[in-house]
Amino acid sequence: MEQLEAQFAEWRAFVGRTVDGSDVEELEAHLRDQVAELSAAGLAADEAFLIAVKRMGRLDELSREFAREHSGRLWKQLVVSSGDSDQRNDRGWTAALAFAVAAAVTIHVVRLSAGFPESEPVWLLRNLNLFVLPFLAGDFARRRRLGVRPSLLTAVPFVIAGVVINLYPYTEASSTELLVAAHLPILGWFLVAYPYMSGVLSSHERKMDFVRFTGEWFIYYVLIALGGGVLMGLTALILEPIGNATVEGVIEWALPSGVVGAVIVAAWLVESKQRVIENMAPVLTMIFTPLFALMLSAAAVVYAATGLGGAFDRELLGVFDSLLVVVLGLVLYGISARDPGAPPGWMDRTQLVAVVSALVLDVMVLGAMGERIGELGFTPNRTAALGLNLVLLVNLTGTAWLSSRYLVGRDTFHRLERWQTSYLPVFAVWAAIVVVVLPPLFAFA
Amino acid sequence: MVRPDTLHRYAFWFKVSGDVMRIDKDLMAASSTPLVLAILAEDESYGYAILKRVRELSDGELEWTDGMLYPLLHRLARLGYVTTEWRTPPEGRRRKYYAITREGRAALAEHKQQWTTVARALNDIWGSSDRLALALGRA
Repeated sequence: MEQLEAQFAEWRAFVGRTVDGSDVEELEAHLRDQVAELSAAGLAADEAFLIAVKRMGRLDELSREFAREHSGRLWKQLVVSSGDSDQRNDRGWTAALAFAVAAAVTIHVVRLSAGFPESEPVWLLRNLNLFVLPFLAGDFARRRRLGVRPSLLTAVPFVIAGVVINLYPYTEASSTELLVAAHLPILGWFLVAYPYMSGVLSSHERKMDFVRFTGEWFIYYVLIALGGGVLMGLTALILEPIGNATVEGVIEWALPSGVVGAVIVAAWLVESKQRVIENMAPVLTMIFTPLFALMLSAAAVVYAATGLGGAFDRELLGVFDSLLVVVLGLVLYGISARDPGAPPGWMDRTQLVAVVSALVLDVMVLGAMGERIGELGFTPNRTAALGLNLVLLVNLTGTAWLSSRYLVGRDTFHRLERWQTSYLPVFAVWAAIVVVVLPPLFAFA
Repeated sequence: MVRPDTLHRYAFWFKVSGDVMRIDKDLMAASSTPLVLAILAEDESYGYAILKRVRELSDGELEWTDGMLYPLLHRLARLGYVTTEWRTPPEGRRRKYYAITREGRAALAEHKQQWTTVARALNDIWGSSDRLALALGRA
C-alpha cells in the first residue's frame, strides 16, 4: 500500500508539471477509482496502477488538450506539440524581416516623392497606413499559408479603400479628410484580422486570439518605440559634433524605417516570442485596471458633486472617447488574458467598477453634448466623435450588464466573451462609415 | 452545433484497438458531447462514473482514452452547459461532480434533433435500423 502511495506521489509530480493543480486532483481521483476497481477484480496493486495510468492516455496529448481548453491559445498548441515548430520559426524570422524591409523601402519611396519633411501634403497622411498595413496582412497571409482566394480577399479591401479615399474631392483644409486619416488605420487593422484568422471570420476563439494579439502587439510596439527613441537620441548626441546635417540625414532615414518596420517586427514577436509577453501583459492589466478604476470612480464622484457646466467644452467629447477606448482596451485585454474557468475574483469586480464609472461619466458628457449639438448643429468632427461615443457606450453597457450578471452567478463568463467578439465587427463598420460615408455626407468639407 | 474543428480536437480520445468495432474517429468525437450531456441529464455524476456509463451503454464498444474526458467536461463547464462542484460523499473519496444546466439541456435537445435527422435519412435509404447501426459504425 505504501508503495502504491509512492507511485501516486510520483505520478502527481510528473503530471503536475504540465497540468493545473485542481485538474491533477480530479485526474487522481479518477485514477484511484480505477485502481480500486481493478484491485477488487483481483489484480495486484502495482498492476492495477499500471493499467489505470495506461488508460488515462499519453500525458503529452492530455496536457495539450488541457492547455487548449483552458486558454484557447493557438500558440500553446505549437509550443506543446513542438516537433518542427523551431525550424518554422527560423524561416518565419527571415521572411518577416523581408516584409519589414519592404515596408520600410516603400515608405521611403513615398516620402521622397511627397517631398517630406520639407513639405507635408495631406494625401501622405491620409494614405499613410495603406503603405504599412498591407505588408502586415501579407506577412500573415504567408504565415497562415492562405490559398489564392483568401489572399485575394485580403488584398482587395485595401485596394478598394485606397481607390475610394483618393477619389474623393476633399475641399481645402477639409476636416472629413483628417477624419478619414484617423479612421483608416482602425479599418486597416480589421482588414489585417482577416488573414490573421486564416480567413475564418465566424470563429469566436479566433476573434479572441486577434484581440489578444492586438493588445500584445501594442505592448511590443511601445517597448520597441521606447528603445528606438533612446537609440535615436544617443545617435543624435554622438553625431552632433560632425554637424546637424548628418544628424538630420540619419534621423530622416532611420526614423521612418523604424516606425514602419516595427509594426511588422512587433507582430512577428507576438507570434513567436509569445511566452515572454504572456507573462508581462496580464501583469500590466492587473496594475492598470485598479488604477483606472480608482481614477474613473473619483472623477465620476467629483463631476457628480460639482456639475459639468463650467468644465465642459467642445474638446471634452474627444477626451472621453479616448478614455472609453482605453477602458474598453483594458476590459478586452483583461477578458482575453483571463482563465475562463476561474471563479469571479477581485479583478472582475475592479473591472466592473471601472466600466460603470466610465459609463456614468460618459452619460453626463453625452447629455451636455446633446444640448450643444442642439444649439450648433452637426459638424463632421462632432458627428464622428458622437458616433464613436455611442458605439463605445453600447459596448460598455453590455459589458457592465453581462459582467454584473456573471459576478452574481446568473451567467457564464463565456457570454461576456461572446458579447465582445460579436461586437468587434461593429467597430469595423463604424470606421468604414466614417471613411466612406461621412465625407460625401458633409460635401467633403 | 458541433463544428469541424471541435471534431478534430477530440478525435484522438478514442482508442481503436483490434477487439472492438472500428468506429470512425470523427463520428466518435461528434457523438461525445451529446453522449456526455445525455448521461448527465439522467443524473449528476463524476468523470470516472461517466466513463463507466459510456462503456455500459455501448457494451464496451466505445472506448475512450480516460484522461481526455476531462478537457471535454471543462469545455462544457466553460460553455455553461454543466456546473461543477467538489464534494465528498459519506463513503468515498473527494470528487468533482458535474450537473447539467438549463443551457446544457437545450444544447442536448439541439444535438438530439440533429442526430435524429441524420439517423432518419440514413434509415430511409438503408431500410432497417439494424443495418443502420452497422453502417454508422463503419462510416
